[in-house]
Parts: sequence; structure tokens; C-alpha cells
Amino acid sequence: MPIAKTLRAIGRRSVNSVWRLGFATRFLVMTLFYSGPSFRRFHLTIKEIFSSGVMSLIIILVAGMFVGMVLGLQGYETLKRYGSESALGSLVALSLVRELGPVLAALLFASRAGSAMTAEIGLMKATEQISAMEMMAVNPIARVVAPRFWAGVISMPLLAALFSAMGVFGGYVVGVVLIGVDEGSFWSQMQSTVDFQQDVMNGVIKSFVFGVAVTTIALFEGFDAPPTAEGVSGATTRTVVQSSLAILMLDFILTAFMFRGA
Amino acid sequence: MPSVLQARHAVMLECGLHLVSQRLFVPTQSLVEIRDVNFSYDQRPILNGINMSFGKGKLVAVMGGSGCGKTTLLRLIGGALKPTKGEVRIEGQVIHELDMDGLYAMRRKMGMLFQFGALFTDMSVFDNVAFQMREHTDLPEELIRDLVMMKLHAVGLRGTHHLMPAELSGGMARRVALARTVALDPMLILYDEPFAGLDPISLSVVGQLIRKLNDALGATSVIVTHDVQESLKIVDYVYFIAEGVIVAEGTPAEIIASDKPFVHQFVHGEMDGPIPFHYQAANSYAQDLGVHA
Repeated sequence: MPIAKTLRAIGRRSVNSVWRLGFATRFLVMTLFYSGPSFRRFHLTIKEIFSSGVMSLIIILVAGMFVGMVLGLQGYETLKRYGSESALGSLVALSLVRELGPVLAALLFASRAGSAMTAEIGLMKATEQISAMEMMAVNPIARVVAPRFWAGVISMPLLAALFSAMGVFGGYVVGVVLIGVDEGSFWSQMQSTVDFQQDVMNGVIKSFVFGVAVTTIALFEGFDAPPTAEGVSGATTRTVVQSSLAILMLDFILTAFMFRGA
Repeated sequence: MPSVLQARHAVMLECGLHLVSQRLFVPTQSLVEIRDVNFSYDQRPILNGINMSFGKGKLVAVMGGSGCGKTTLLRLIGGALKPTKGEVRIEGQVIHELDMDGLYAMRRKMGMLFQFGALFTDMSVFDNVAFQMREHTDLPEELIRDLVMMKLHAVGLRGTHHLMPAELSGGMARRVALARTVALDPMLILYDEPFAGLDPISLSVVGQLIRKLNDALGATSVIVTHDVQESLKIVDYVYFIAEGVIVAEGTPAEIIASDKPFVHQFVHGEMDGPIPFHYQAANSYAQDLGVHA
């Protein structure tokens, strides 16, 4: 019976997904529980901040610049119809700080650093480095996973802030320098409309949540990857797909709570 | 008048050092006891009623064909797996009954050499060997440096301390892994296929190092391997496993002289014997070729 077979397959996949969600949650709890060494020996976390955060700077800064420039162009064309070109600064800043900065930075972070984390841990597992660590009485969650987790969580808001800053600069270059929008109104409109608590802090909270989600998915997929070339490649793909979906889904939920009626 | 060797024994033992071959002493106690151990992956039985005993200071080989459960046995000793029945005792403690802290405390007294070394690829050779010292001791960095150099010197690779694992040959990586395995002078050393993929010179070097390090440390070593010729040169005792049970055991001399069909086939690498050349097929050869009588 093809229908019964399809239903069975759907059921099996659903049950499997729930199991994996449970395992990932337990993995996150264990990571938090064994986070002590990440702070006592902070140099471990700093090393990971360098590999995941600092090494992502180029892509974040360049992407932020271009997104800001596109916003400047598109925003100007739209605002010109209503004679509100002076509001270009507000449009660019609010779009970046509230939405595009945290979301796009997180998507880029998932692709650049998240996939690297998964591949690295997956390969460590495949080459028995994780087993070797366990046999040396060193907890791999505390030594390998937790520093990477905190590095991701710390890096993500900083990268999102830099993305937004570069985006604002890109918008300024296109709007003020190239098109000729008044510089004074560009900055003053931005200053008067962007609220620190409502806009900037909410953006920071978003990027923090995205950081937790992306690094948890990336580390779990790496740790759970079958120890084969195919297994590691599949886990890396899953990291990018699941992280991207999680970022967009969480963004909707957070936006609904943060900016409801604002 | 005592000989020079006896005098050295006395001095070293007085200093708490066990740097002289333990082969000179007659071991009476067992460090590892495996009692009636059964193990299954899901419903597939791997080990069935295994009984073994590894005496202190001994170098013991566990041999058998691929997939016979040798590595599983090593993982049971290391506490990475739990037996479905029976128990593994180390220093009298049942490994699978230890909690996480107890297991980690026990593992600090063990070392394990993995099949392909399992060196940490993001660390230099020096940092690999220093890893356990930094994790488990509060030794000052100057002392760690000296200890690491001594360990690397013991395996002949002091000059590689600044290299990354990717810059080493297979044999060198195995020797560095050996130096890392004995970094904290373990009482029990487990070797998982230490000779796999090595050229004849590296194979002989690794074999000799395993013997020398075991004797110098006064440790007990368990080697899981199917390299008969090299193992029989260096070990004190051999267990043969086939289809989850011990089929033969004895000293290397007894194994070489054995007329048991399995041991004979294994030691001499014969194509057919108790381990058949042909995997069991559902149909006859003629049926599979479509030839009807």
C-alpha cells in the first residue's frame, strides 16, 4: 500500500526529528553545564573567537557595506516618490539595526563559521580525536564544544553590530556622497528615530539568540555526525540549512514579541 | 658482590623509579581481569563468555581476524562500552560500575594508542604531547617542556616538536602518538592496531618502542593486532579470538608450536581453514551461475 508506506515514512521522519530535537536540547544543557573551563581558561574561548569571529570579519564587513549601499539606492528611489529623501538615514539605520543586521550577519555566520565548526568537530570524530580525548579523561564537551559555543555566542552580536555599522556607512556613501542627500538631515533623522532600547538593544538580543541557535546546531551536527566523509558532508549541509531556517523562524517570533504595536 | 644491574635496581626502586625492565621481576598480580564478558551490538553478539587476565608488567596481545571483537574488547577495558554480561576489573574496580568522575580518574592511569594515532590536528607535536600534562597537572611550563622533550626523545622525535601532525609521516605520527600515550606514565597502556599501515622499518621501530616503554614504565600493555610476526617478537602472552570466543592462548613459543587449525591458519596466513575463504552464500555456485544440473 503506497499510502501506508508514505504515512509510515512521514511518521518515522517526524519521530526521528523529535528525538534529534531532544538530543540537541540535552546537548545544549550539557554544554552550559560544562562551560566552567571555557571561562576559567578563557584563552581557549579567545582562540575560538578568533577562528569563528575574527575570521568572519571580511565577509561580514563586505556584505554589510553592499547591503547598506543597496538600501541607500532602493530607499532613495522609494522615498523620492513621497518627497521624503531626508528620511533615508532613518530607513537605512532602522532596517539594518532591527532586521537586516542581525539576520544577514547570522546567515553569513552560519555559512562561514557554523559549517566550519561542524566540519572540524565531525572530522575530529572521524579521526578518533574525540575518542582519544575521552580516553585521556578530558571531557570533549568541556574542552572542544563549550569554548566554541561561547565564542559563537560572543562573536555573533559583535559581528551583527559591525554589519549594521558598515551598512549605515554604505547607505551614507550612496545616499549622501553619490546621490547628494543632505548630510545633516541624513544623520539627524537617523539620530531622532533610532531608539537605543527599542531598536539597538532588541537587535542585540536577536543576534544573541541567533548566536545560540547557530552554534548549538553547528556543534550538535558535528558531534552527531557519522564518522565518515559522507557523514561529515551531510552534517555540514544540515548545519547551513537548519541554521538558516532557525534564524528566519526565530526572527519572526522575536519580531512579533519585540515590535508588537511599537 | 652485587652486579651493576642489581645496584641500579636498588637505587631506582628506592627513588620510586621503575626504569628497569619489569621482565626481570616475576609478576604475580593481575592488573586487568575480564570475567565472563558478553557484548552485543543491538542483537548481534560480538563477544561471548570472554575470560582474560593481564598481569602487572606484562605485554599481552589480543589477536584475531577483522571484525572478531578485538577493538570492542579494548573499548570495554577503557570503559567506552558496557558489557551486556560479565565484568572488566582494573585494580579490582569494576569499570562499568564507575560513575563519570570515577571513570575519568581511572582513565588518568591509562593510555591508549589509536589505530592511526588520533593526534590533534590543530596542535603542534609539542602541544599534543603536553596536552594531558596541561589538562591534568599544575606543572609549570618549564617542567612540562622538559618532560615533553624527554618523551619525544624516547621515541626518537625530539627534533619534530615544532611540526604539525600533517607534516609527519605515518610512522612518525604513530611514534608521536606513542609519546603522547605515555605522557603521564600510565599503569595500563592499550594499543589499537599499532602496526596498521606502517612500512617494515617503522613497524619494527614501533614494536620495539612498545616493548621498551612498557618495561621502562613498569606498565601493563594490551595490544590488539593482527600483525602476527611483529607481535610474537615482543609480547609475553597471546590470546586468539574468533567469532567472539577465545580459541587459543599461550606464550609466543607455544603459539608458534601450536597445531590448532585456527592458530596454524592465522600464524601462517593460510588462505583456507577454519576461517573459510568463501563467505557463506544462500545459493550454490551453480545456481548463482544459472547452471541447472
